[in-house]
Amino acid sequence: MMRFIEGSLAVSDAVRMCRPDVVSAYPITPQTHIVESLAEMVANCTLDAEYITVESEFSALSACLGAVAAGSRAYSATSSQGLALMFEVCFNLAGMRLPMVMTIANRAISAPLSIWNDQQDSISLRDSGWLQFYAEDNQEAADLHYLAYKVAEDQKILLPAMVCFDGFILSHTYEPVDMPTQEEVDAYLPKFNPCQRLDAKDPISFGMFAFPEYYMEFRYAIDQALQQSREKIREAGKEFKEKFGRDYSALVEGYRLEDAETVLVAMGSLCGTAKDAIDEMRGAGRKVGLLKIRTYRPFPGEEVAAALKGAKRVAVLDKNISLGSKGAVGLEVKDVLYGSGIPVLDYIVGLGGRDMRKRDIERIVTLAEKGEGDLFYGLREEVA
Amino acid sequence: MKELRIHGRGGQGSVTAAELIATAAFEGGVSAQAFPMFGVERRGAPVQAFVRFADKKIRLRSQVYEPDYIIVQDSTLIADVNVFAGMKKGGIAIVNTAKGGGWTVPPGVRLITVDATGIALETLGVPITNTSLMGAFAAASGEITLEAIENAIRHRFSEELARKNIEAARRAYNLVKGAA
Repeated sequence: MMRFIEGSLAVSDAVRMCRPDVVSAYPITPQTHIVESLAEMVANCTLDAEYITVESEFSALSACLGAVAAGSRAYSATSSQGLALMFEVCFNLAGMRLPMVMTIANRAISAPLSIWNDQQDSISLRDSGWLQFYAEDNQEAADLHYLAYKVAEDQKILLPAMVCFDGFILSHTYEPVDMPTQEEVDAYLPKFNPCQRLDAKDPISFGMFAFPEYYMEFRYAIDQALQQSREKIREAGKEFKEKFGRDYSALVEGYRLEDAETVLVAMGSLCGTAKDAIDEMRGAGRKVGLLKIRTYRPFPGEEVAAALKGAKRVAVLDKNISLGSKGAVGLEVKDVLYGSGIPVLDYIVGLGGRDMRKRDIERIVTLAEKGEGDLFYGLREEVA
Repeated sequence: MKELRIHGRGGQGSVTAAELIATAAFEGGVSAQAFPMFGVERRGAPVQAFVRFADKKIRLRSQVYEPDYIIVQDSTLIADVNVFAGMKKGGIAIVNTAKGGGWTVPPGVRLITVDATGIALETLGVPITNTSLMGAFAAASGEITLEAIENAIRHRFSEELARKNIEAARRAYNLVKGAA
């Protein structure tokens, strides 16, 4: 049913229908509405889950880790500093092959303190072994939760997943979202049934000591699972389309790529603004398109290379910066297109909530046409 | 696509007004989007909230810089904030004041003044002006119907509070309709 709903509440309702057994989270702006809503559902018995209140994000994710190890479906949500405090536990969940889903309401990281949006928080966990999905709108943000649990809990994958959506820009925006029924979600997402779980009668250990003779093989196994998860995401996306009508069978989405000379690459809510800007530029005869990256981990290298092969130039919009290097998406795209001869220009944009308008997208396309890139876009004059 | 920018002070219900106006538009079959100017939550501080209306899915995520409509909940803001900035020709500015205008608006913009504080004090007993101004907005813009606003208010507030807020919206609606 189409509902006019705040993004955070679309996410919390989607999570409710995923039937988590355990929810543990610590409130942080702009994630707060999600966990407030889930706490209310548990208190009102509309969600049959245990809500574990904790004193920090470190404990929140640790509680989830224990819950998944015991065979429960677990959920958490956080932003910015909260995710930073979870850093160690994030690696442990992936290392112990414990699948769960966590929503990231993307927010800049201190210092200086900023409550506003960029994607530095989740990007900084790109090497942790979690799957990472980025939503363009609140429909995707809600839908990706059903898909994320399905892929994460697959016996061949068994890795945790982050569903990232831009803080405030999506989390606090009211817009129409098509919400399925509980029966429809149940038909799509089977119960979590791990092959191993903590059991006092049949004790096992998770995440034990590994000597140098074995440690690398554990890391290899995680990488293999992430590499293989591309196919699982495609399968889960295909089934999602059959059941719900919306197509997530590809890890990327092209927009007006046919004959595009300049192709923008972006993740998250910026893609919507870029699509409107592209329509205007196309109207003025400029051959511009967009490649949206929905799945950042695993990185869909083959799909990106195939989508960009006809481009004269590629302009990557990064809402993050690997300080001392370049934007995290730009680096991936440069890697994928290495040797192709197609120039890849990276633009650091929208950090700490700096608004991105259609005219900014158009100006970046103009810069790319002139070959000017690998820069912070829109710096104040006294700095630039 | 049409765009509305609401100017108010923290505590006057600008974000709620944006949400309810967008809900009313959605229920009237229009695609809508409502969002606040993020992060300014102090009572009394200047705040903004935004609404977009369109006949197809809204993808644009930037703030509203060139509004078709503005609502100003507190006319004392006009000295501090350029509330009329970027307004489109043919646009409508709805300002809450008992004194009736005197501001220079951009060319082609129609200024409508409503004593929303007076209406709110009489109907609600508190100077919370958002629902009165929603009624004025419906009357002036035609983007949403009075009935849709009443439904949105009914969904949002408890019965007694809803009744009073609907009365406030109706009075402002009729006032603006009568003046037109």
